[in-house]
Amino acid sequence: MSTIQTQGTEEVHPDVALVNRARQGDVAAFEKLVRQYDRQIFRIAQHITQNREDAEDVVQDAFLKAYEKLDQFQGNSKFYTWLVRIAVNESLMRLRKRRTGKMVSIDEDVETEEGSMPRDLADWSPDPEAQYGQSEMGDILRKTIQGLPPGFRVVFVLRDVDGLSTEETAESLGLSIPAVKSRLLRARLQLRERLSRYFRKNGKDGAK
Amino acid sequence: MTCSEFLAQLDDLIDNDVTAALRTDLEEHLRGCEHCVITLNTTRKTIEIYRKHELYPLPNDMRDRLQKAILARCKKC
Repeated sequence: MSTIQTQGTEEVHPDVALVNRARQGDVAAFEKLVRQYDRQIFRIAQHITQNREDAEDVVQDAFLKAYEKLDQFQGNSKFYTWLVRIAVNESLMRLRKRRTGKMVSIDEDVETEEGSMPRDLADWSPDPEAQYGQSEMGDILRKTIQGLPPGFRVVFVLRDVDGLSTEETAESLGLSIPAVKSRLLRARLQLRERLSRYFRKNGKDGAK
Repeated sequence: MTCSEFLAQLDDLIDNDVTAALRTDLEEHLRGCEHCVITLNTTRKTIEIYRKHELYPLPNDMRDRLQKAILARCKKC
């Protein structure tokens, strides 16, 4: 029977060793970090830029920037949180380039009526996903989340899809903890409200 | 507890970040409010569905291409 042995009181995240090796020029160690996180970074970049080409560029540029700046990584936060912050900034930069003249920011607080109080109170069918095929479901979910303001979208993705903590999300986005909490609640409620049109008990009737 | 007060605690309830006393109050509200039961359940389901479906998968060929490009650029640093 195996036993779990604790070594010391400080638990060191496995990424720290890889970062240290990469800092000394070990590209293979950095490659492991790339393989570990490229999917998540691509997902975040897609959610922010909503453009596949931009998202591909963000993945490349974010990892390269991280590699160049490894010396600046303090180790107070997780490597992934630090990497996400770089990727979010790169994504916003791409978005600004595409929408010249348009303000693009995730730290502006969007006041919307929607989401403060649920309006659609119909219950969902017991297995709402069964009503749609896999690809139709993907379309519904993408369309629904794309309708949210970018600042809500990215908080939802980091907290609920990626599983970052409130503190890590705040750090990645340069937001306060209350701002993250308020956006998360509104994002969750708005998504719920919008999905209700597709998933309510009466089936697809309301989805038009 | 009103529905607005319940809603203000919804995220903490979903994230299991409430004290035992508050949980008792929230559960008490749920016993008498079908609307908040629906809001809670469908919000939970919303999160579950988004977690389950990868909306932007990174295909293997594109992944390989990106990884090669990143490492080639790192080696030039």
